[in-house]
Amino acid sequence: MTSPAEDVDVAAARPQPRRGVSLRDSGPPLALVVIFVAFSALSSDFRSIGNVQNIMDTAAVLAVVTCGITFVLMMGSIDLSAPGVMGAAAIAVALLVANNRNGNELGVIGILLAILLAAALGCVSGLALVLLKVPSFMTTLGVSAVGLGLATLMFNGVQPNITDGTLASWPVERLLGLSYLTWIAFACVLVGYLIQRYTRLGRYAFAIGGAEEVLALSGVKVAPYKVAVFTLAGAFYGLAGVMVTSQLSAGLVQAGKGYDFAAITAAVVGGTLLTGGRGGILHSAVGVLIVMVLTNGLVQVGVSPYWQGGVQGLIVVAAVAAAVLPQRRRNQVTK
Amino acid sequence: MIPPANPEIGQQPHPMVPALEVKNLVKHYPGVKALDGVDLVVRQNEVLGLAGENGAGKSTLLKALVGLVRPDSGEIWVRGEKVRLRSVVEAANHGIGMVFQEQSLVPNLTAAENIVLGSEGAGVRGGVYRWETMRKLAQEQLDKIGSDINPLARTDTLSFADRQMVEIAKVLRIEQRSQHPPVIILDEPTSVLESKEIETLFTQVRRLREFASVVFVSHRLDEVLDVCDRVSVLRGGQSVGEVATAGAAPADLHRMMIGSTGSDDHYHDQAYERSAEPLRPMLSIRGLSGKTFRDVDLEVAAGEIVGIVGVHGSGREDVCRALFGAEPTLAGEVTLDGKRLDLSSTRAAVAAGIGYVPAERKIEGMVGPMSVADNMTLTKQQSRCAGPIVMPKRQSSLVDRWIERLSIRTPHRGTQIQRLSGGNQQKVVLARWLVAGDIRLLLLDHPTRGLDIGARSEVYRLMRELADSGVATVLLADSLEEAIGMSDRIVVMSDGKATKHVPCPSGDKPTPLDLVKEMV
Repeated sequence: MTSPAEDVDVAAARPQPRRGVSLRDSGPPLALVVIFVAFSALSSDFRSIGNVQNIMDTAAVLAVVTCGITFVLMMGSIDLSAPGVMGAAAIAVALLVANNRNGNELGVIGILLAILLAAALGCVSGLALVLLKVPSFMTTLGVSAVGLGLATLMFNGVQPNITDGTLASWPVERLLGLSYLTWIAFACVLVGYLIQRYTRLGRYAFAIGGAEEVLALSGVKVAPYKVAVFTLAGAFYGLAGVMVTSQLSAGLVQAGKGYDFAAITAAVVGGTLLTGGRGGILHSAVGVLIVMVLTNGLVQVGVSPYWQGGVQGLIVVAAVAAAVLPQRRRNQVTK
Repeated sequence: MIPPANPEIGQQPHPMVPALEVKNLVKHYPGVKALDGVDLVVRQNEVLGLAGENGAGKSTLLKALVGLVRPDSGEIWVRGEKVRLRSVVEAANHGIGMVFQEQSLVPNLTAAENIVLGSEGAGVRGGVYRWETMRKLAQEQLDKIGSDINPLARTDTLSFADRQMVEIAKVLRIEQRSQHPPVIILDEPTSVLESKEIETLFTQVRRLREFASVVFVSHRLDEVLDVCDRVSVLRGGQSVGEVATAGAAPADLHRMMIGSTGSDDHYHDQAYERSAEPLRPMLSIRGLSGKTFRDVDLEVAAGEIVGIVGVHGSGREDVCRALFGAEPTLAGEVTLDGKRLDLSSTRAAVAAGIGYVPAERKIEGMVGPMSVADNMTLTKQQSRCAGPIVMPKRQSSLVDRWIERLSIRTPHRGTQIQRLSGGNQQKVVLARWLVAGDIRLLLLDHPTRGLDIGARSEVYRLMRELADSGVATVLLADSLEEAIGMSDRIVVMSDGKATKHVPCPSGDKPTPLDLVKEMV
């Protein structure tokens, strides 16, 4: 038996409980406030009401994409299918609502069908992952290519311009100073949060990222949940594709270009770990705002747009380094 | 006359029927017989201890009982009914659950979610969580063991001892799946608990006995005797007997665990003559401290084998890793052959002539898909290279020489190392430190783990040869007899401190019991 004085050594060897609010959880919101205050001090244009509205409106599409990808990242998987899925949904919706290419006038049903198509593509990613055991990195890259292929087929050389009233009103109509697109993004964040907090799907996605083998030992079949998460992510990308079409008044194959990495960036900056099990929708929403405030602020204080890609890249690496800092140890294997 | 209803349903089984019975269970792994005809009886409402040295088959047996390992032959009976357990769920349906040694909770979920995980019942309706119901379900489980943990706390904010209570509460959920009293298996539950927490755990175990059967596994024999009604002892994959704990002493158990040591010279102790002249000091450690060990002093002379023994958590593995620069140190001075040793990196250790054979051979010791030759020359690249260029001829002649010298049985030097048997893999890992010919200190962390007797013997012979050539060796043995058989001197570590140095010369060896007294 050990005497109380010697217990210290035993205690040091075992996992320590996390106490209180960690820096990882409180860091990103704090960073958002600091960045916002800093830019406000530097630029009077930045702190104008109009510019804040502008930031929110430009953040809308990215926020919806990030909602979807966050569920995938929470599981510890990755999803690169956003560009293809968004492209397919963008063209599909343009051809289903009132447009200059065909006689379709499905309105809201057209929007839902486009989202359904996107969800189906997400489902394919998930099925390939669990049935063929192909890593999500490759399956989603493949599904993105399939989505772009579908979009190109539907595009068929002639750009579909939309004349649908509902869709056209999203970017221009405002409620309390914010565009409908922004309100849709808010709704997505709310729905995403509810799913994450109150559904088995959301909690299991979280748990899969935390300790998948424990779920298996508890008799939970994880495969259906993985497929469902990718399907859900696909639906979010589909809605985002529809939103891009409404912004452009036209369906473009490239509607989702670059959104995969932009969304991963936002999620990671917000504190969702790529290894899964940490973070969540609210974290990601903060991440989206950080990225957008930074992009907008740099322009407002006069930094050349040519610099922005590089600066954003540095921010991602710095954010990830800060997130893993507490876990670093000697001889750690990093791949 | 009305025929009686099926007696199995809704009735307590006869009190004499064992809760769990294992008959002649056999499980082979390539090269090893993990279970070689094990029998075990767990009675109703008793705490059965399971004792055995490393490699005795305890963990394989436990895994078979919860459906994680499928035995090759043999039978498992639950309350007089023969069963097949193919998964954890099937085991749970028969009322068997296990608290795993490495805690198996999802750290980022709440305690309540962990407790009901996989059997949420009314806690989830149509895929939607009802947190209040969930909390109540979890609270019911926690009440069973009288724990006051907040069910809605995130698991990783709980203390280690609390997490263990959550695990026990979770395992008790199997009562919902099976109408019978459960059988709860506790695998090494005390290994990382403090003494006060151990007392709490024992109170829990005694409480469990009132409505369940418990299988309790621990390396600490005094604990086993303290909390169990009966102890079954395993050795070499076989049941060697059982002891009623009333009036038994740890020594009795230990005698059964080790049995009689082989009469032949298994450790090649006689084959090698120690030189009579005073040994040249090689390794000298003064006041070495790290996270899990304190103030360790140790001397190893050239040609000497020093065994470090200690229970799980004694810190001996970390001392070993620290010497190789793989674990940070806080204080202390280490010299090798008169020169101060740089402990900051493994690279410095290799440059100083230190070799390390890690315990986890398949993970840390070798690169499975690489060839025997590449594994052998992995560390000492200069032995096969001219500058940065690999010289295939130089490598192949060198590797062939060592394959022959150590009689490594491999079809070819280009064969993937993972295709070799464990003993031959280990010889390649050892050869890695020998190819350059400048090795001074070998750190062997369980070098014979998972090897069968024949392969063990060959590793022992190799260790003797190396010691004979003047290499200093630090050995963390797999068992006490191995430590005693191989070492010239033994250092006992307990709670991070080197508490006792025991001379262990050939012909005047201490018994395992002498050491056990110092370890606990």
